[in-house]
Amino acid sequence: MTIAALAFYLFAITTIAGGLFTVISRNPVHSVLWLILAFLSSAGLFVLLGAEFVAMLLIIVYVGAVAVLFLFVVMMLDVDFAELKAEMAKYMPLALLIGVILLMQLGMAFGAWTEADQAQALRGAVTPTETHNTAALGALIYDRYFLIFQLAGLILLVAMIGAIVLTLRHRQDVKRQDIFEQLYRDPAKAMELKDVKPGQGL
Amino acid sequence: MLQADLTIILPEIILSIYAMLALVAAVYTGKDKAAPMLVWITSALFVVLAVWIGMNGEGSTEAFGGMFIEDAFSRFGKVTILLSAAAVLVMSQDYMHRRGLLRFEYPLLVALAVVGMMVMVSSGDLMTLYMGLELQSLSLYVIASLRRESAKSTEAGLKYFVLGALSSGLLLYGASLVYGFSGTTLFAGIIEAAQGDYLPLGMLFGLVFMASGFAFKVSAVPFHMWTPDVYEGAPTPITAFFATAPKVAAMGLFARVMHDAFGGMVGDWQQIVALLAVLSMFLGAIAAIGQRDIKRLMAYSSIAHMGYALMGLAAGTAFGVQAMLVYMAIYVTMNIGTFAFILSMEKDGQPVTSIDSLNLLARAEPGKALAMLVLLFSLAGVPPLVGFFGKFYVLRAAYDAGLVWLAVAGVVASVIGAFYYLRIVYFMYFGEESEGLDGGKSAMLSGFLMASAAIMLIGIVNLFGIETPAAMAAAQLVN
Amino acid sequence: MAEFFTNTNLGIFLVILAKTLLLILPIVASTAFLMYGERKIWAAVQLRRGPNVVGAFGILQSFADFIKYIVKEVVFPAGADRVVFLLAPMISVVMAVIVWAVIPFGDGWAIADINVAILYVFAVSSLEVYGVIMGGWASNSKYPFLGSLRSAAQMISYEVSIGLIIIGIIISTGSLNFGDIVNAQKGNYGLLNWYWLPHLPMLFLFYISALAETNRPPFDLPEAESELVAGYQVEYSSTPFMLFFLGELLAMVLMTALVTLLFFGGWLSPIPGISDGLLWMVGKMFLVYFTFSMVKAITPRYRYDQLMRLGWKVFLPLSLAWVVIVSFLAKFEAFGGVYARWAIGG
Repeated sequence: MTIAALAFYLFAITTIAGGLFTVISRNPVHSVLWLILAFLSSAGLFVLLGAEFVAMLLIIVYVGAVAVLFLFVVMMLDVDFAELKAEMAKYMPLALLIGVILLMQLGMAFGAWTEADQAQALRGAVTPTETHNTAALGALIYDRYFLIFQLAGLILLVAMIGAIVLTLRHRQDVKRQDIFEQLYRDPAKAMELKDVKPGQGL
Repeated sequence: MLQADLTIILPEIILSIYAMLALVAAVYTGKDKAAPMLVWITSALFVVLAVWIGMNGEGSTEAFGGMFIEDAFSRFGKVTILLSAAAVLVMSQDYMHRRGLLRFEYPLLVALAVVGMMVMVSSGDLMTLYMGLELQSLSLYVIASLRRESAKSTEAGLKYFVLGALSSGLLLYGASLVYGFSGTTLFAGIIEAAQGDYLPLGMLFGLVFMASGFAFKVSAVPFHMWTPDVYEGAPTPITAFFATAPKVAAMGLFARVMHDAFGGMVGDWQQIVALLAVLSMFLGAIAAIGQRDIKRLMAYSSIAHMGYALMGLAAGTAFGVQAMLVYMAIYVTMNIGTFAFILSMEKDGQPVTSIDSLNLLARAEPGKALAMLVLLFSLAGVPPLVGFFGKFYVLRAAYDAGLVWLAVAGVVASVIGAFYYLRIVYFMYFGEESEGLDGGKSAMLSGFLMASAAIMLIGIVNLFGIETPAAMAAAQLVN
Repeated sequence: MAEFFTNTNLGIFLVILAKTLLLILPIVASTAFLMYGERKIWAAVQLRRGPNVVGAFGILQSFADFIKYIVKEVVFPAGADRVVFLLAPMISVVMAVIVWAVIPFGDGWAIADINVAILYVFAVSSLEVYGVIMGGWASNSKYPFLGSLRSAAQMISYEVSIGLIIIGIIISTGSLNFGDIVNAQKGNYGLLNWYWLPHLPMLFLFYISALAETNRPPFDLPEAESELVAGYQVEYSSTPFMLFFLGELLAMVLMTALVTLLFFGGWLSPIPGISDGLLWMVGKMFLVYFTFSMVKAITPRYRYDQLMRLGWKVFLPLSLAWVVIVSFLAKFEAFGGVYARWAIGG
């Protein structure tokens, strides 16, 4: 077994284990930690695929930022998860039934999976060759998929506006810090310097 | 190359840059005090863009390698979207202002939502489609819960958001299956790959998942559950917005994908769309009967109307698409008038939405009641009003395409549906004596109501000539 | 024999192991002396003597501390989440160590000379926050929890501006590889060719962000003794405490390496004509480390709202504006192309 294969199995197993324990662990904080493990391992899988840029972004964005905020929220939530789970258990049979049906359907779909004759060629045609994947991604995102990239930016702008519109409250009853006022305060008015002679005190 | 592409999407660029600049300007100047002015500027911009797009566009061009399509179909959709959004925005100003909801972000979120809708109707790629859809949906989620101190409004927003996310998930899943089969996300590539009678199961699943996602966006049964709650919970002007422009955009997108991407498998999607249509028509007609709240009633009414529009799509022909476009244009006009009426319903300065409050309105305000009567008859599809011609169009399209059972079902549902529209008329003219409405003397709302009613009457002559552009649009879409 | 080390799995593994040990051991050992040096510097600034008992001039003080940390008992607070409690300091130190895999000390002298090296550093240092946040949470106590929340918010805030500053450098270089970044700073004028000159405003921002990112004074709010006792470390003792301590120290040493590589030409010699090499790199790192220590000695602590304001309202807009400015300067090759030293492409 080569090192690459060994690494693949290692990352694959930890990804799946991470995902599994995310779902079944009782403590929500542990769930998030397992989720982070799953993210990290999938970043490892990306590295093995040769997509190191995506791997690093996965860690920076999902693990370094999103999951931290997740962890914040989960730590501060005061929700009885056991009760929630009991509630959910009532709907479990129905959910299972739907899940099994969907699984069977997808099994059928993938069991008889075929693709159009030119699909493979079309898929490959987009990717620039003979350059490493960071440069290739740059060429695709900022050139070919420029429109979509900009639209994604607009979507994020809307998300930002939405968060502000729905949560920002201008409270009048709190005293705010005014940094500039504090910075430009005249030291002569705020404090008095005294030359204390040794052994005499004030 | 890039310059040519940018010229094609110039209207969208102008609108988004306007939204961003106005956002910054409003933040640094008057904040919410600038909102009334922004509402006017935004709607004026909508109208200008609509005129520009309507007058200027010619033929069919593609930008960004086919990811964005500018043709007669997209122009028809964009003009309808822009004009209806402008009308609703202007209508909403007074209502929102008096209830302290007129934040400066509101017109700008509407503008960004409209950008999303414009992208939706001209998308030529699964990715553009999704981006446009999400831009639109995200803005709508936010404005649905704009009245954030009201539990109902936030519930509406949250419900819309959660179910919308679910439907986006379905859509994306379907899109990934379609991509897996065809190897490209471009509609032009998909239609080449998906030809013939015998397609693999994976592709069909992709089609079904995508159709479910669209059905949610147009609130067709069985994906309609969010509609009544969101319509009821959101502030009324925003409900009016929901009932008009986004429906046109979603319907346009539905037609665009079905014909541009899946045009080679009409037989496969025809049955899905026909089923959605017949379920929507019947559920919309029957469930509305028990409603006592006019906003919920309008929700079911819009579900039923979507059923009729889908009937046009189900025909799978160019004439069907033309019928659908005409139907949507008429539907939007009727809804603007009806919501102008609902917006003017108030008592002691508070908005009222219960149907009982309309008792004997005809005595207090005969003019308004008469206009509403015309609109309601038109919504019900009573001949010879314009609403009847819309229904007639789609029924004929379905009949011509050999879907006789669907046409018959449409007629039956329309008869059932007429009951609840006529009941409102009954209340207005022959209801019991009770405390009626007061106020609501806004000249603007009355103007919209009267204009809409007048269109329903005058349009009988030639439907204001929208048949020709609709036919052109349909011809360019279906080929 | 050479074939064994280049062709067989075991050989390659042994080579990597040797390289790793060669890098990690000196770094970890140097932390003992860095700690000693730092305490001496503070003492000098405050007119004290500092450690002077263990060994000549107290030079063995750090080793004495080390033994003490090792042999004392590990105390678990009641109700602590034991696994996470122990995991936290380990993550802290492991993350601080694995970053060094991509840091070069000479041309190509890195364990892994990868294309996305700088992203790797950024990614791994963004993971360090987990040590802090897990430690504070697992202690099941209020002060550590408050400290960990503060610290996480602080680290995330300053990561943003660090990332943007790095993007400016990347735009100038056209590569994410440290070797390319340093070689782009090579030129005929020695230290005037380095990035500190064209990117001067960002040098200050980066320096300050580096202090905030590593929870150093004046931004040591997570462990503000006067309010939170010692922040997320309150409940830690013995070896886990030492691991936290080591992790923080290594993170700071890493920041000195980053400042050196990004702004001060890494292993390049400041004077034209003198050969480049490892010693320059190490010397520059020591110099930066000295200034870090001096900052700790002479600055009072920031208030938390000031810290957040500085991060989001000053550094973020400035660094973002700088990215835009640098893009234009690089695109149009302004000032004789000092902003456009592209290693590849263009």
